[in-house]
Amino acid sequence: MAVTGILLVLFLIAHMLGNLKIFTGAMSFNHYAEWLREIGAPLLPSAGFLWIQRVGLLVAVLLHIGAATVLALRARAARPVRYAHRKKVRGSYAARTMRWGGVIILLFVIYHILDLTTGTLNPIGDPARPYANVVADFAPARWYVTLFYTLAVVALGFHLRHGVFSALRSLGQQTPRGEQRARAVALVFAVALCAGYLLVPFAVLTGLVS
Amino acid sequence: MELFTEGDPIADTRAPDGPVETRWERRRFEAKLVNPANRRKMTVIVVGTGLAGGSAAATLAEQGYRVKSYCYQDSPRRAHSIAAQGGINAAKNYRNDGDSVHRLFYDTVKGGDFRSRESNVHRLAEVSVNIIDQCVAQGVPFAREYGGLLDTRSFGGAQVQRTFYARGQTGQQLLLGAYQALERQIGLGNVEMNTRHEMLELIVVDGKARGIVVRDLVTGEITTEFADAVVLASGGYGNVFYLSTNAKGCNVTATWRAHRKGAYFANPCYTQIHPTCIPVSGDHQSKLTLMSESLRNDGRVWVPKAKGDDRNPRDIPEDERDYYLERIYPSFGNLVPRDIASRAAKNVCDEGRGVGPTKLGVYLDFADAINRLGRKAIEAKYGNLFEMYERITGEDPYEVPMRIYPAVHYTMGGLWVDYDLQSTIPGLFVIGEANFSDHGANRLGASALMQGLADGYFVLPNTIANYLAAGPFEEVDGGHPAAVEARRDVEDRLQRLLAINGDRTVDSFHRELGQIMWEHCGMERSEAGLRKAIDEIRALRDQFWQRVRVPGDGEGLNQSLEKAGRVADFFELAELMCIDALHREESCGGHFRAEHQTPEGEAQRDDDHFAYVAAWEFTATGEPSVLHKEDLNFEYVHPTQRSYK
Amino acid sequence: MNLTLRIWRQSGPEDKGRMVTYQVDDVSPDMSFLEMLDVLNERLILDGDEPIAFDHDCREGICGMCGLMINGDAHGPQRGTTACQLHMRQFSDGDTIDIEPWRARAFPVIKDLVVNRNAFDKIIAAGGYITAPTGSAPEAHSVPVAKANADAAFESAACIGCGACVAACPNGSGMLFTAAKVTQLSLMPQGQPERYTRVIGMVDAHDEAGFGGCTNAGECTVVCPKGIPLTSIGRLNRDYLAATSKRGDTPGT
Repeated sequence: MAVTGILLVLFLIAHMLGNLKIFTGAMSFNHYAEWLREIGAPLLPSAGFLWIQRVGLLVAVLLHIGAATVLALRARAARPVRYAHRKKVRGSYAARTMRWGGVIILLFVIYHILDLTTGTLNPIGDPARPYANVVADFAPARWYVTLFYTLAVVALGFHLRHGVFSALRSLGQQTPRGEQRARAVALVFAVALCAGYLLVPFAVLTGLVS
Repeated sequence: MELFTEGDPIADTRAPDGPVETRWERRRFEAKLVNPANRRKMTVIVVGTGLAGGSAAATLAEQGYRVKSYCYQDSPRRAHSIAAQGGINAAKNYRNDGDSVHRLFYDTVKGGDFRSRESNVHRLAEVSVNIIDQCVAQGVPFAREYGGLLDTRSFGGAQVQRTFYARGQTGQQLLLGAYQALERQIGLGNVEMNTRHEMLELIVVDGKARGIVVRDLVTGEITTEFADAVVLASGGYGNVFYLSTNAKGCNVTATWRAHRKGAYFANPCYTQIHPTCIPVSGDHQSKLTLMSESLRNDGRVWVPKAKGDDRNPRDIPEDERDYYLERIYPSFGNLVPRDIASRAAKNVCDEGRGVGPTKLGVYLDFADAINRLGRKAIEAKYGNLFEMYERITGEDPYEVPMRIYPAVHYTMGGLWVDYDLQSTIPGLFVIGEANFSDHGANRLGASALMQGLADGYFVLPNTIANYLAAGPFEEVDGGHPAAVEARRDVEDRLQRLLAINGDRTVDSFHRELGQIMWEHCGMERSEAGLRKAIDEIRALRDQFWQRVRVPGDGEGLNQSLEKAGRVADFFELAELMCIDALHREESCGGHFRAEHQTPEGEAQRDDDHFAYVAAWEFTATGEPSVLHKEDLNFEYVHPTQRSYK
Repeated sequence: MNLTLRIWRQSGPEDKGRMVTYQVDDVSPDMSFLEMLDVLNERLILDGDEPIAFDHDCREGICGMCGLMINGDAHGPQRGTTACQLHMRQFSDGDTIDIEPWRARAFPVIKDLVVNRNAFDKIIAAGGYITAPTGSAPEAHSVPVAKANADAAFESAACIGCGACVAACPNGSGMLFTAAKVTQLSLMPQGQPERYTRVIGMVDAHDEAGFGGCTNAGECTVVCPKGIPLTSIGRLNRDYLAATSKRGDTPGT
């Protein structure tokens, strides 16, 4: 869980930084998208690195989901009879929403790939014009896309807040001061990532990027 | 009818003579051994998993015996040793403050008011140092100094700092050490652990203890279990008073059943009343909670000078308060021993000067200490105790003085054992609080843990070999007439309890029995009171067997049935306690007879007539018991009158 | 005060069980929660009903025998308090209180509110000890232990094995219990030789017993009556990682 989670987190950081390139203009953004395909050239064929990365991510996601499923099944098996009086959350809200949050994020990722990678669900859907795709995607008229995107990113934020903390704990963080630091790191990280990801659609929505 | 008859004196024939400090070594040398190959062929039953039983079961298994262990709780870790707070004494002399094995021996014999055996107590003091080594090796997190060495404190008025502790949870930590050693042996397959099982009868075959009858408390199944020797480590009987600091399940059944089968019961009237417990708050009260004795180091005990003074304690001016311990015992003040502090509290309450809603309480006031040392310092020392007090009473002891009252805490009496810890039934060994022990008429603070572990880790595993050397004994099974009879007795008794179907609950009888005992066989006893108590107990026992209602059946978990069996045995024990208290025409330690006090109101021993252990032999239900006296000789510590003025 | 209680009744392991409503009147605020149940039971017995079975023993918060889910809270609403130390002044007149047993596959219900927690003993038997047969111990002062380590070890050793952590855990995991013992022993120099075999043995026994996996949700430490810190699980994880990566390579691990 922790190891695959960390791989995915690294990807999220890179992906967010890439997204923010949109503020440097259409040329630059498209160029960045083009560069992604060229990494490793000439050793690798075009988009070779991208495919390696995609396969890697897919494996990580599958392992992550696999581990989560095992944990969820174990949890279910571990409590065959439910409580009649449902517990209030007394620990952490983020921790209690990991599983449903994870499902939301998964659904979003599928949509997101169909939208901005394959272009199937995108109004423009031209792989050569990523900047235009993004702008068209978050156009004010398509507010529901932005809303869904926002929800997914917030869910991701919660997921990360507990996920990062939990990963550090699983990898052996063990002191009370360390726990405070780990919680702080997780919170700052989750908020920063949320903000980074939300900047783009809201910039489009408000016309800052067009 | 006579209350008892007197039989032949009894003697402890196992204790070697010679200089006291060589006796234990001599006994170990003279005792027969069992070779390791033979140990595997022998089984030992251990009943109870507290400090004594847990450590004995683990140690016997380590030595190679097959062990079957039983406890009524759901895990061996829950035995009531876990609740001991203060600490454990050991003559390590790490403080270089003049402690030694001999001094611990001396203090314990004196503290027991000269009613214990010198040989046993000396052995206890010798072994005390090994206990600390053993527990440290197990990873018990004792309190430590900054240098990494063990911290010790003085406890219970001792002048040396010989008490090792783990915050206020020493019993818990020591018990978990023994429990873990036991679990290791369970994991290795050397101990067969039976939790939620209660011993209801002893099986004696050809004069030897060979097994027990147990009831599986979950399924209700009754089985007979056999072994080459039986060890009882089933704790004390303080719950005969209903309200005590014991756990709710603590009971006398295992030892009482053995007593009925021929094991003598020694000094049943010696009970320890602890002075600092939280007072009873109402009729619903189910148990009493001890507040550590250490509170008396800083708290001042007082009551109003005037009777029936209902004012808020903070409004009572200094000159209208009676700091009675400081007044009566100027040199020891609030730190007088447990028995004296308890009786003094009872006296002021009897005068009508008690405080709180029930008027059975005295103040333990920290106002002076808070003014002197600051709230922070008091918090650091007693914070957890203050929290506990507030949780239970709803009062903040930083603002309002605590209210305390004495409560039954420990029983020094128990089954009579010789130096080998063997009872009068061959093959039946008794350890820990269940035996009549090394504490005489009064136990010193931090000595119970020491004795339990001494018996379990170091004494019994050595002495039992002398008995088992003659084994393995002839196979016995459930078809043996003695086993069939014991089992039938158990079943009949349970059926009888279930069949009465009367109109009173078990608890209501237990509560009433407790009141009789507390009133007449508690902190102060008198001939008239004890005679009255005996009559009342007999009458109530008859009522019990006619009117008790035990719902359900014996087929599964039935907590009322468990309680009913225990209370039935308490009735019989209660009578013997009163008879023992009545026959002991002196005051000593925890036994205070109103007729026998000095002009200042202190306990007055009668060494000429009562320097003996009273070992009682059961004859038949309703028939007088037979008293056997074991004379106590003091060669090293000469009896003196205790004085704390 | 007067209260409405809804209590889980289950006559035995085979019974499906159900919540049953009882009215209890004249409850004193000075009663403990278990004394309130005693009062109800006394009445049930005289009325010819079966009293409610619940586990309890020391009634002073140390034996770990009691354990009730009270309105969805393990041991009830007061923090750092076992059910036996919980007093009725924490409730108000007219309250409805739901009382259920610990629910976990590893803690099957025996009757009503009584569950079987032997799984905890099995975890301890699988390594929760230091091998020190009686008589083999060196002099106690031969190995000093830093005070900070001794104090931290004590903090974890304070666990009473009540099972509240499992009851509260959304995953039904017993990791806080397991970690408390691992932490205590791995902080002591005496615990080092078995440090890595211990953690593997205990975690395996934990998983075998049917407890769920830990996701660091933190509910356990909130309800723990002894305040065992969540960091102990981090310590367990670290030892477990070290143990699994070393297993077989290095002698003695």
